[in-house]
Amino acid sequence: MIRVDGRGENSLIAVRNLGKTYRRGNQDIPVLQGLNLDVDAGDSVAFMGPSGSGKSTLLNLLGGLDVPTTGSIRVGGDEITHMSAGRLTTWRARHVGFVFQMFNLLPVLTAFQNVELPLLLTRLSRAERRDHVETALSVVGLADRMHHYPRELSGGQEQRVAIARAIVTDPTFLLCDEPTGDLDRSSADEVLDLLAQLVAEYGKTVLLVTHDPRAAERAHMLLHLDKGVLVEAQSGAHA
Amino acid sequence: MAVPLVYNLRSIRRRWSSSIIAVLGIAGAVGVFVAMLAMANGFQATLVQSGSPDNAIIMRAGASAEMVSVVTLDQEHIIESAPGVRRRDGGPLVSPEVIVMAPFPLIASGADANVQVRGVSASALAVRPQVRIVQGRFLKPGLTEIVIGKNVPSTYRGLALGKTLRFGGGTWTVVGVFDAGGSAFDSEVWADTAILDQVYNRPANVFQSVTVKLQPGAFSRFKDALTADPRLNVDVERESEYYRKQSQSLTTLITVLGTLVGIVMGIGAVFGALNTMYSAVAERSREIATLKALGFTPASVIVSFMFEAVLIAAIGGAIGAVAVLPLNGYTASTLNFQTFSHLAFAFRVTPPLLAGGMVFALLMGLIGGTPPAIRAARRPVAAALREL
Repeated sequence: MIRVDGRGENSLIAVRNLGKTYRRGNQDIPVLQGLNLDVDAGDSVAFMGPSGSGKSTLLNLLGGLDVPTTGSIRVGGDEITHMSAGRLTTWRARHVGFVFQMFNLLPVLTAFQNVELPLLLTRLSRAERRDHVETALSVVGLADRMHHYPRELSGGQEQRVAIARAIVTDPTFLLCDEPTGDLDRSSADEVLDLLAQLVAEYGKTVLLVTHDPRAAERAHMLLHLDKGVLVEAQSGAHA
Repeated sequence: MAVPLVYNLRSIRRRWSSSIIAVLGIAGAVGVFVAMLAMANGFQATLVQSGSPDNAIIMRAGASAEMVSVVTLDQEHIIESAPGVRRRDGGPLVSPEVIVMAPFPLIASGADANVQVRGVSASALAVRPQVRIVQGRFLKPGLTEIVIGKNVPSTYRGLALGKTLRFGGGTWTVVGVFDAGGSAFDSEVWADTAILDQVYNRPANVFQSVTVKLQPGAFSRFKDALTADPRLNVDVERESEYYRKQSQSLTTLITVLGTLVGIVMGIGAVFGALNTMYSAVAERSREIATLKALGFTPASVIVSFMFEAVLIAAIGGAIGAVAVLPLNGYTASTLNFQTFSHLAFAFRVTPPLLAGGMVFALLMGLIGGTPPAIRAARRPVAAALREL
């Protein structure tokens, strides 16, 4: 269940009265104001809105990459808005899987090594890490490309490796920032199919920011960011 | 958990054209630094090797070098009979010596340079057993014969075995070449004391120093006896200590100069490293942000980039050190400020020097790597992720 009225209960992600104001010179620029959001485990939600509407800001706040000016964010019972930078880093490693528009793979590392990166922050043994990486790459259909460098992969394959990196630690939720923004149509469809599969088959919770209506319509719910608050736009394909 | 080292290793290789600037800068600084210290090291070793800890050198009180000292024959007799002097076949192992300077043209430049000519007796070899005749024979007393140190023929024109030459108003024949084990004596010419006095119109029975071979552990006793004797006004030093002091001023000069040049070049190299690492951080801003987004801490990012800077510095240091290795044993000559004579010495590139060069390189890497690493760690993740 996805709600924007702030009345959700026991939801996986509960955002209350969230506000973010940037200061530029002497001027305060409010980006998000009194935003509420509830997302249950296994839901997928797409955020749309014009450039500068605060979509990426919202994603950064949800992912613990930035701190809000007001309000609270609770994820699985953890209040993250008051966490220290160190705790937030640890929390992020454990609970958030990031998928970026430009994939953000480290070019000097192979697909295997890129996917293994988040596991280096765990206590898993080398053999356990290898099992996890191989599983994640199998899920995204790139088990046979694990020793390829990003430059040896197509854009769609790179993004699938990035998704494998995002899911390899089995995080609480995935945050996808324009995951198809840098891909051609067919590669974009592959990536959207994969994300849909992660939700449908593996019960993953996915929050994605997109400009692509086709990406948005694959989500359980499409939300528009308008004047700093979320507005329910329409039901997605699975709603 | 640290960022994997393979990330840094491959990043250096991937950005080799940028890394090479820092590597070469550091290699140059380390090379010059090690070379200068190897020169100082070699110069010092040459002089220090000249002195034996078993020997004592006696000069007039207050004389800093043999050139400005006077010891008379009477005094020499008192020294001979002092306690602690080693004896062989009933005679004391004592070598009264005189020093004069003679100009000879350098092979390298053709310009005249002073050679230290030492007037000795047959006992000189007994007092300094490290000196061996390697070609020809030792000079015969009462003849205008000279023997020359092994570095002399390769340094001065006309000073070679079998040659006859003129200096100081006399005509001399080179009858032998001696090897003094890489010490300062290898740059000297030895003649008979009495003949040298005559040729140079010096007063007979006046020496400039007396070198004595002592019985083991007898130095203090010997020194006390001489300094307490009212007939003598002399300084007594271990020969090794005398030569160590001789080497001090030039060694210090070269060391200070070498360190200064090394530091100046090091500052340049640090800027090279800073430039390389700042551009690495700028180019990889999004990679760094990604690592931090994934959960790597700012501290691990700092360690990662510091490691990269130190690795670049280590490569540079190793190249610099290897580049100066061929200098080891290379013989050069310079003016010894204490004697105003030319002294040949061999560069000594020793393991501690190389280790010092590597420490210098790593220091440059640390200094050059720290500010960029801190910048990398401080950059806000959200802003860096949006960069193209």
